Amino acid sequence: MWFFNSPEVAFGEDALSYLAQLRGRRAFIVTDPQMAQFGFVDLVQQQLTSASIETRVFAEVEPEPSLDTVRRGAEYLREFEPDWIIGLGGGSAMDAAKAMWVLYERPDLSPDGISPLEYLGLGKKARLITIPTTSGTGAEVTWAIVLTDRAEDRKLGLGSRETLASLAIVDPVFALKMPPRLTADTGLDVLTHAVEGYCSNWHNDFADGLCLKAIQLVFQYLPQAYADGSNMEAREKMHNAAAIAGLGFINSMTSLAHAMGHSFGAAFHVPHGRAVSLFLPYTIEFSANGGHHRYGEITHFVGVDEPPARAPRLAPWPEQNEYGHFEGLPSTPESRTRLLVRAIRELETRLESNTNVASLGISRSVYNESMNTMLDHAENDTSIVPSPRAPDRTELQKLFEYAYEGKPIDF
Amino acid sequence: MAKLLFGSPEWTQALHDELNHSPAYEQAAKNWEGDFYFVIEPEGPVTETTYLYMDLWHGKSRDARVIQDPSQKNPAFIMSGKYSKWKKVVTSQLDPIQALMTGQMKLKGNMVMVMKNVKAAQEIVRACTRIDTDFPA
Repeated sequence: MWFFNSPEVAFGEDALSYLAQLRGRRAFIVTDPQMAQFGFVDLVQQQLTSASIETRVFAEVEPEPSLDTVRRGAEYLREFEPDWIIGLGGGSAMDAAKAMWVLYERPDLSPDGISPLEYLGLGKKARLITIPTTSGTGAEVTWAIVLTDRAEDRKLGLGSRETLASLAIVDPVFALKMPPRLTADTGLDVLTHAVEGYCSNWHNDFADGLCLKAIQLVFQYLPQAYADGSNMEAREKMHNAAAIAGLGFINSMTSLAHAMGHSFGAAFHVPHGRAVSLFLPYTIEFSANGGHHRYGEITHFVGVDEPPARAPRLAPWPEQNEYGHFEGLPSTPESRTRLLVRAIRELETRLESNTNVASLGISRSVYNESMNTMLDHAENDTSIVPSPRAPDRTELQKLFEYAYEGKPIDF
Repeated sequence: MAKLLFGSPEWTQALHDELNHSPAYEQAAKNWEGDFYFVIEPEGPVTETTYLYMDLWHGKSRDARVIQDPSQKNPAFIMSGKYSKWKKVVTSQLDPIQALMTGQMKLKGNMVMVMKNVKAAQEIVRACTRIDTDFPA
């Protein structure tokens, strides 16, 4: 038995205007200071005003929101008593909104106790709307909540199937202001969600198609959105891809790259998308070495197993690559998996992202000092549970070490 | 060596020994503090509720036994489910976290602690799979 959960999704140009049809009394907007500066909060308030809904804004969500921020926001909620809560921003703002909603409805809970293992009984006081302004986390359609425990320097993967928005508004107008670096980081997050969602042990028929479509959109449109942020078609497709991948992975779960990326990102404050995507190729290689080749199915779908002349989006293949393939179709699941790894690394390189830890300027000694903490946190990250091949502690350490050097996984 | 009947005192002792000989469990559960009732609810060939008590503390099993009267202990955690679900979990056919998320099994206790120690849960399941188990038919 398993489930497929999704909010109602309003998408495409002018999707924001759907807010004007909302019925309610008060809406509490959870966001970050930049959203107010960009005028995004005004855009949302205009729609709500036309629906005769009173608004209040909490614009104090920081990147990697803390448990304290969530507690503080929940206090304002209890004071204002809204019937709608709106998470406006990137994953941080939307996740914070979800957690505040829980504490508003369930003041007896601690934010780090928001778990998929118990009934929360949400929806008695308010419902949630999510409006993403980045094209990455998919938090608008997921029930996952990532908060940071500052005391332990640890990211907590929380959430419940109840912490799902009633409505997600996926309007590409909000994505236009993303700078290239953020476009790349968030876009690679989409790719990691979709690849891990497709290959997790909990993959299923309902999520598979979503993950594949998201991967296809990323390979086609992310380089375009990165190269030209004003390309509206690319922006819209990537905004859709983020939500589609979100629907895919939340119903099949992410795995090892997220577990490693969370622990590494918390230790070194590397943006989430860059951290998880950095580890993705290594974890694919590790899984493939254990006989897991579902990854190979992806290459055909995104066109990276086609002969060079038919794959214009990627750099031409050499006559014979490092895996011994010549022009033409590789024939085994193993070789196709390796082609996927290669395609991901090429995409990361094209987006001027990091393909190894050393390139982030982190010294080996500092990295090693954090190793035990990273191992502890990655081992106990909820994302590790559905990994196709779960590493033991020694293997996990080797994965971190190989990723530091950029060495292909040979174990 | 004869197979051990799932849920019997011998099987419970074997799990206790497996955990105490597992470096992976010791490492994964090094911060764990809390005792458990694992409750096997009757179904099919199993006609009575079985209560397995395990006192898990800092990577070791301090005590493990079958309890006849559940009021004897007041453990920090109670994990319960029908016999068929337990059978699937201990044979790795059903992920315990997935079983809990879908309501096929229930867990009472401090969820914060559980969510921070998922690796320990996996290692307990691995230890179960290493026991040569006979299931009631």
